[in-house]
Amino acid sequence: MSEPAVGSAEPAPLVRARDLFKIYREGPVETVALRGASLELPRRVVTSLVGPSGSGKSTLIAILAGLSLPSAGQVLFDGEDLTRLDEAGRARLRARRIGLVLQRGNLVPFLTAVENVELALRLAGERRPRRRATELLVEQGLGDRLHHLPRRLSGGEAQRVAVAVALANQPDLLLADELTGELDSATADRVMGVIQESGRQRGLTVLLVTHNQEIAARAEHRLGVADGAVVAP
Amino acid sequence: MIEDAIAVRLHAVVKHYRTGAGTVRAVDGVDLAVDAGSSVAIMGPSGCGKSTLLGLVGGLEPPTSGSVELGDRDISTLAEPERARIRRERIGFLFQSHDLLPFLTAAENVELQLALSGARDGRARTRRLLAALGLDEHAERLPDQLSGGQRQRVGIARALVHGPGLVLADEPTGELDTAASNDVVELLLAVQREAGATLVVVTHDREVARRLDRTVTLRDGRIADLPAGRAAAASLAGGGEGPPC
Repeated sequence: MSEPAVGSAEPAPLVRARDLFKIYREGPVETVALRGASLELPRRVVTSLVGPSGSGKSTLIAILAGLSLPSAGQVLFDGEDLTRLDEAGRARLRARRIGLVLQRGNLVPFLTAVENVELALRLAGERRPRRRATELLVEQGLGDRLHHLPRRLSGGEAQRVAVAVALANQPDLLLADELTGELDSATADRVMGVIQESGRQRGLTVLLVTHNQEIAARAEHRLGVADGAVVAP
Repeated sequence: MIEDAIAVRLHAVVKHYRTGAGTVRAVDGVDLAVDAGSSVAIMGPSGCGKSTLLGLVGGLEPPTSGSVELGDRDISTLAEPERARIRRERIGFLFQSHDLLPFLTAAENVELQLALSGARDGRARTRRLLAALGLDEHAERLPDQLSGGQRQRVGIARALVHGPGLVLADEPTGELDTAASNDVVELLLAVQREAGATLVVVTHDREVARRLDRTVTLRDGRIADLPAGRAAAASLAGGGEGPPC
């Protein structure tokens, strides 16, 4: 499935987004969230995308995850044009190859930490989900929080459970939208460390969307977003 | 997979939380009996302990003291893994409409409830239930592509798809306009009756409460409906013959 670059030792980026536009229309009002955004996500590299609120970051991550279609433009995921897939096709791609951590809403509120991860593993076809779920949570430093409900976890713990959920399907791409946004700086730092380590161990391509410059600066590949376009940070 | 309806019995249930400002007596001595197959609304002012009480009934947390019986089982003394098993196999939960996972389609959000119990015919059962709830054309849509009422119908499907004996709903119409709220309550009651499940709904909406068999009012962590001393004996039976709230 991978798309080697002709005449180059460098593999092609896992994701290439080109000239993305996203226009929301509500009655007579048009809001342009993206205006010609283009980016590449190199394989097995953590990329940060930093920008202020309202700059189009969350719209961009929703399109890269196939949660939303652009008004114009193209997203190549390992050479396959995501924008040409129907909803079910994008859902299948997400289920197989993409892990997603959002700022909130990642966990089922009436399931414990281990059940939330176990659920993601079952949906991914894992045959021994409880054992694997426990391993993933222990890896995130949450071995003593297995049976806690989301509402009994701190913000940082809940986000680490969400990372474990996102890793359950052994994705190639991990997309994280402002996952450190509501955390204090020490906790945000720890969550970022967990993502980098998990990404390194698994050879993951990671896109970390944030408004926090310090978090963004820790990524190997840094991009910015301003007024709906991707710019140098 | 349909379970028999579950009767709920709470005896002298207390839930206290310690906070920096001292102890909060969220639930402060509640006796309550809900007959199997009946529907009960829990009302009361904000902060009166409604959602805490619902969490105790659903085994989301244990009481500080007292007992919570679901059918013939006292769940208040069970370890969390055992409570978790009962929750996922025998209870359906319905929260506010933003509680669907935003990156899963409507059908996937429903199927996840079945995936936990390892059901093999999850997809077919999900499709049947979504169609019965008028959502057959929306099964592949993401939550943010649905209206609030449609999202909550997906929530109803998720709460009922595994055939629970008890359905617990916390402000299920809290974010909906009147028309959508009416639709959601009608559908919830219809599928609850068809499934033969017991239904407990926390709501601040009198119109919602009026549609259920009985109403219990909480105030300061205690049941306010009945004179002191009678609460312990009160059976909040279904059947529609009970007094109005």
